[in-house]
Amino acid sequence: MLGVTGSSGLFVLVAAVFLASAVEMVEALTIVVAVGYTQSWRSALEGVGAALVALGVLVAAIGPALDSFPITTLRLIVGGVLLVFGLQWLRKALLRSGGLKAKHDEDAIYQKTVNQLKNDTESLTRDRVAFVMAFKGVFLEGMEVVIIVITLGASAHRLGDAVLAALAALVVVAVVGVIVARQLSKVPENALKMTVGILLVSYGTFFTGEGLKIRWPGGDTSLLLLVALYAVIAWVAHVLLRAAVTPEPVSAA
Amino acid sequence: MKDCASWPLRMARGFAMFWWDFLVGDTPELFVAALFIVGVVALVSVSAHENAFAVVLLPVLVIVALGLSVLRGVRDSKRG
Repeated sequence: MLGVTGSSGLFVLVAAVFLASAVEMVEALTIVVAVGYTQSWRSALEGVGAALVALGVLVAAIGPALDSFPITTLRLIVGGVLLVFGLQWLRKALLRSGGLKAKHDEDAIYQKTVNQLKNDTESLTRDRVAFVMAFKGVFLEGMEVVIIVITLGASAHRLGDAVLAALAALVVVAVVGVIVARQLSKVPENALKMTVGILLVSYGTFFTGEGLKIRWPGGDTSLLLLVALYAVIAWVAHVLLRAAVTPEPVSAA
Repeated sequence: MKDCASWPLRMARGFAMFWWDFLVGDTPELFVAALFIVGVVALVSVSAHENAFAVVLLPVLVIVALGLSVLRGVRDSKRG
């Protein structure tokens, strides 16, 4: 079982890359919109363009190089990385859904970015700061997307599909961003993060198993079973956490 | 010259810090758990050739790791 060739494998791959990319891009877009509205759209878009070029170069340089890597070793490493990364996302989303961790607040990020920009008074400095902030926002959030695209894409021998899924997410988020502009806090980010966490942990488990020469019953179909298993576990954990943190009702007497 | 010499070092440090934050960050228990899971499942699958057991053991260990890490998160949040 060396290739994730089935339609179930492709579906999970595209869904994982698309959703993970969308979540990270919403975070980046918040910073870009804040920079564009308060400073200069030109500097903001130049920063976005430069960051996208840098990220594209990274994918073009590293992605094909991984093709010559021994597939079993690559899958073990990728599986381990995805396992850690997916568990981090899932843990964070569960704690947030249980009210035990503050939710990622796009409004707060927007305000913080605006405040940082207000402190720079000279217009030349402001333009430069706007460029750097947009570049950093897109590049740093994009790095996580690049890692997911490269690791999933290369391990499944479907780098092209993974890149296309990420580009589709970029287009969707950009279009939604233009429409809703400063209302990105309305995006159900925690639900998306929970879904991505489940998909990444499923892929991490699958690839780790393949790297350790496990023969999954049903081949690629077991990937869907893993997704279903982790979705049930996440739901149970969510219910238990909600029950644990909800205060008991005070009796009328 | 000093800046030129320190540039590769800064890049290397930044690269290492990125991966440290990415893989370890504030949840070192998940990183350790992943290493433990790989080690245990390797013993079962590669050394003992117990494929059926490994198929069940791998997701079970992942779920246990998630549960323990979430419990740690709950405990930390209650401590404030």
